[in-house]
Amino acid sequence: MTVQAMTAKEVTKIVFNKEAFFILDVRNVDAFQDWKIEGENFEYLNVPYFDLLDGVEEILDKVPTDKEVLVVCAKEGSSIMVADMLSEAGRSVSYLAGGMKSWSEHLEPVKVGDLKDGGEIYQFVRIGKGCLSYMVVSNGEAAIIDSTRMTDTYLDFANSIGAKITHVFDTHLHADHISGGRVIAEKTNATYWLPPKDATEVTFTYQPLEGGNDVEIGNVKINIHALYSPGHTIGSTSFIVDEKFLLSGDILFIDSIGRPDLAGLAQDWVVDLRESLYKRYRELSEELIVLPAHFMIIDELNEDGSVSEKLGTLFEKNHGLNIADEDEFRRVVTENLPPQPNAYQQIRETNMGKITPDEERQREMEIGPNRCAVR
Amino acid sequence: MENLKANVTLDAKGLACPMPIVKTKKAMTGLEAGQVLEVQATDKGTKADLRAWAESTGQQYLGTLEEGDVLKHYLRKSSNDETIERKHPNVVTNEELQAKLEANENMMVLDVRETAEYAFNHIPNAISIPLGELEARLNELNQDQTIYIVCRTGNRSDLAAQKLAENGFSNVLNVIPGMSQWTGTTDRINN
Repeated sequence: MTVQAMTAKEVTKIVFNKEAFFILDVRNVDAFQDWKIEGENFEYLNVPYFDLLDGVEEILDKVPTDKEVLVVCAKEGSSIMVADMLSEAGRSVSYLAGGMKSWSEHLEPVKVGDLKDGGEIYQFVRIGKGCLSYMVVSNGEAAIIDSTRMTDTYLDFANSIGAKITHVFDTHLHADHISGGRVIAEKTNATYWLPPKDATEVTFTYQPLEGGNDVEIGNVKINIHALYSPGHTIGSTSFIVDEKFLLSGDILFIDSIGRPDLAGLAQDWVVDLRESLYKRYRELSEELIVLPAHFMIIDELNEDGSVSEKLGTLFEKNHGLNIADEDEFRRVVTENLPPQPNAYQQIRETNMGKITPDEERQREMEIGPNRCAVR
Repeated sequence: MENLKANVTLDAKGLACPMPIVKTKKAMTGLEAGQVLEVQATDKGTKADLRAWAESTGQQYLGTLEEGDVLKHYLRKSSNDETIERKHPNVVTNEELQAKLEANENMMVLDVRETAEYAFNHIPNAISIPLGELEARLNELNQDQTIYIVCRTGNRSDLAAQKLAENGFSNVLNVIPGMSQWTGTTDRINN
């Protein structure tokens, strides 16, 4: 039996299509419990590779023969070793090329809608980490919102559709992933916009993004309207694109809301968060399609792999938008919070330009889920 | 920096997972029970993996020092010293020793584990003399002082206590069970 390499892109298709799949994860137990490949019809077996050095006989009866089996480790070396052993035992298995490192870095572009006069909006689903970024395209120009550090993906994509990147936005100073915004802006001579209240400590120049700013993309003027919506961070800003889409950043997600504690000021920002979600968003059209900067669980994916929902539906169904009592709200968003993202302080400092870790270190800092929400 | 002694040093620098663990497993097979292995690696993943591997195979993971890009991991091959019959008559429990430490009594705590074990977890102000070096270093100890001898489980310290008693030390107590169950404060090299 030969061992096949499977790419993160191929695994993403399997997740999107909700296919049945068996994952043999050979990382250590802590790493597996902290973060793994999620899929609706996935089954798992976690046995660290170092318990399999003498052979795979003990796990053979737990590895199915009627399902596709993927062996996964951190970087790929150990999964190849285990996959080879399984292959020698007569099993047909694949391994994840590049391991969880590749999984964390894979971006899948999905078109989420049409804008007026031939414009389009794409969502880049970072499936392994739950980060969502966006490209708004109109008449040969493109804007990017909340980009990840895998900047080539956006540049190549813009090239492939013949668009020139002219504006780059971050809705807030990210704490869970390293922004590619500054790098993309430098490479393309685009304008890099940041909310000034989140950028008081940044070491580079940027264009201050404030509530009421309107930016036009392309000759047909796709309007990107900035809406100040503090709470996750003090500068958090949402965008309304073409009066159709609400890019909610880390304020509002599909099945959860933003957490206010990642800059250490949870109690202070609760009031802002409530004001943004319960007043400012209430004043918007319920027909707007919400496009958040994250998803938390794989169930939030639509049939085509995109993540979006009508604002009116979220007002009905999202628990975080339905807590009438203010004290109760304060408790929900400040108590019993999930653990903070790995290395979130260093990630914030990187995004401010204060530290410049090498690529390997950046990868390590981002390992794990995003954990930006409270449910 | 304190000098951590290892019986064998394994160079796994530049190797990617799974090779550092494959080589560590092999090196451990060649060690005698109770000996210490130093594994030098550059793969960051080795820290969590070596610890987890040691736990799952019953070896002792002592700790890791970071020197630039190099991680130095210390492991001790498990010894079946749980079956040894202890002979030194004077013993105290961990709790009794802790009470005496808190009362600031005039006394000495002698830690007879390997230097790498001591480095990553020891009672503050304890003196480190590994059991294997004790005979040659008896002159560093004061015969008239009360000496509490500690190791991981109480067996090496039993042998050390017997050795001191044979050499004319009269106030020697073996601490049972020792560092494996110690709940009081400790010092460590990289903290």
